[in-house]
Amino acid sequence: MKTFSFHQLAGLIITVLASIFLGCNKEGNKHSEPAPDINKRGSIILKFDNVVGDKDLVLGAATYKNASNEDFTVDVFQYYISNIKLKTNDGREYIVPQDESYFLVREHVAASQRITISNVPEGDYVEVTFTIGVDSLRSTMPIERRTGVLDIADSATGKPMYWTWNSGYIFVKIEGTSPQSSYTRPSDGQRRFFYHVGGFGGYSSVTVNNIRTTTLRSPEPARVRSNKTPSVHILVDVLKIFSGSYTVSFATNPYSHFSVWSSNLANNYVNMFKIDHVHNVGGHTH
Amino acid sequence: MKGFIVLIAITLTSCAYKEEDKQAPFSSKKILFQVPKNFPSPVYDFSRNPITQEGFELGRALFYDGILSRDGTVSCSFCHIQTSAFTQHGHAVSHGIDDLPTRRNSQPIMNLAWVRFFFWDGGVFDLDLFPPHPIQAPNEMGETMSNVLEKLRKHPHYPKMFKAAFGTEEITTDRFLKALSQFQLMCISANSRYDKFVRNEGGILTSDELKGLSLFREKCSVCHAGELFTDGTFRNNGLPVYSNDLGRAEITLNPDDRYKFKVPSLRNVVYTAPYMHDGRFKTLDAVLEHYRKGVVDSATTDPILKQNGILGIPMSDEEKRQIIAFLQTLTDTSFITRFELSEFAIKTPTNNVKIR
Repeated sequence: MKTFSFHQLAGLIITVLASIFLGCNKEGNKHSEPAPDINKRGSIILKFDNVVGDKDLVLGAATYKNASNEDFTVDVFQYYISNIKLKTNDGREYIVPQDESYFLVREHVAASQRITISNVPEGDYVEVTFTIGVDSLRSTMPIERRTGVLDIADSATGKPMYWTWNSGYIFVKIEGTSPQSSYTRPSDGQRRFFYHVGGFGGYSSVTVNNIRTTTLRSPEPARVRSNKTPSVHILVDVLKIFSGSYTVSFATNPYSHFSVWSSNLANNYVNMFKIDHVHNVGGHTH
Repeated sequence: MKGFIVLIAITLTSCAYKEEDKQAPFSSKKILFQVPKNFPSPVYDFSRNPITQEGFELGRALFYDGILSRDGTVSCSFCHIQTSAFTQHGHAVSHGIDDLPTRRNSQPIMNLAWVRFFFWDGGVFDLDLFPPHPIQAPNEMGETMSNVLEKLRKHPHYPKMFKAAFGTEEITTDRFLKALSQFQLMCISANSRYDKFVRNEGGILTSDELKGLSLFREKCSVCHAGELFTDGTFRNNGLPVYSNDLGRAEITLNPDDRYKFKVPSLRNVVYTAPYMHDGRFKTLDAVLEHYRKGVVDSATTDPILKQNGILGIPMSDEEKRQIIAFLQTLTDTSFITRFELSEFAIKTPTNNVKIR
């Protein structure tokens, strides 16, 4: 007869105990998660995780390759998310109140990548819709309505998201270096690319409209309960800005400000978001 | 749970504060913004920013203060000089910080309550949204908005002036820009000899000037329309193209708008030289010579300048002289000398105001 060593025995006992506890826990979960009560409110977290293909985005340091086989690093990446709408598996929609529905996700500001939406009716949410950028109505509002992330004074970080010469927000901004870029920055001779995409369609004359809206389906429901805050983990893939309906080359188009060409980027980046997974444990995220 | 309640309490408090903040701006004595009798209704929405004595004074102090620039040397008044009807002179295009040239000729700050679009290309559609551009442009004031607000918050006088104007010492983008608007909106010019003539206030025009007026109405007033002497549109007036400045097309991205620029007002035109978006003409005579002989045809040249197969505006030497005589009646000396609009009227001394 084979004898168990102390370690083996201990391991076995732990495994058995763990499976019992986990099982119980699972049962417990089922009991503590009753059908949603639409009269109750809870919160949901949208976590924007900026990546480059299958790599994490690291500002300044890591080198990546775009679809044109050009090497690049990123030093600035930021974008507006606005007009958020959530939908449950039984088709109920929750529209985040207009005044609370503007967010600026900045890669260099960790807190900005976590959007908490409160006052959400309980439900099993499977869809999120949002605008990438700032809608035309808000883009033309008087100065007193432009508060928080819409304040047109540039932020203390010195990476403004507003064109002062052509009143309008920059929806998506990405800047970095690429040895293949055809643009050399005069101040330091660095080969760089930068794309500032905005354009809400024009105030009095019709012009470029780069407002894009995307709807993301979740692989699993985010169960909002008054005592449970699910966290929806959204991957935002920088590579998708540079390919999709249009393949960007830093050699050919190293930069863009307000331009007709910039719509190529908007048509690409509308597809850069994807829900990777949902954490249904109250408040837990990673 | 305790934490949660505290959080709710904080949220409620901040909500309550915001509600209070949204109420009508604090004001004591209102300056009555008066619409001159011969002017149309203003386009600026005064309900959002009623002009008060305190707001106007704050705006004036800010307008004349180099604190708005990176190194303290450039104030708004650097390129908008009262004695030149609040524009710059001596340069074709204005110069900013480090003596860097800008791209275009600065425009007068005058009757802005009637202006819908700002800059030569109309890129800004609200007076309140205008100042961040010159403040942040590297060749104008070279500063950042957030740093300007920080400097003002630490300043010995400004927080008190903001309190006088808006009720608390809080200095926000909104308040800062509205104060600047209040001063600029009060830069009204409506007391030229021409105004006194049309308002029957004893203004007399000579026979040459009267002939000039009727020639002007016949030849110039489609674009330089109404009592503001502009229809506010963007047009290509047939200037030979000297640069890559596409004008309005830079804002609309529409090729049909290439080389179109905003039709300027002609009030105080004697003081606002040089002329055109790039300041290429130094005299009114050169401007009228352009319309008479210099108009160049292109895809976007205004049709009004090529009627009946003739380029430009035909006029005799005599007619040109009479039109210029009329334009001089648009001069409003009370505007360029009005004490309340000058930096000498600033009551609270600030660190950065320079007496030139």
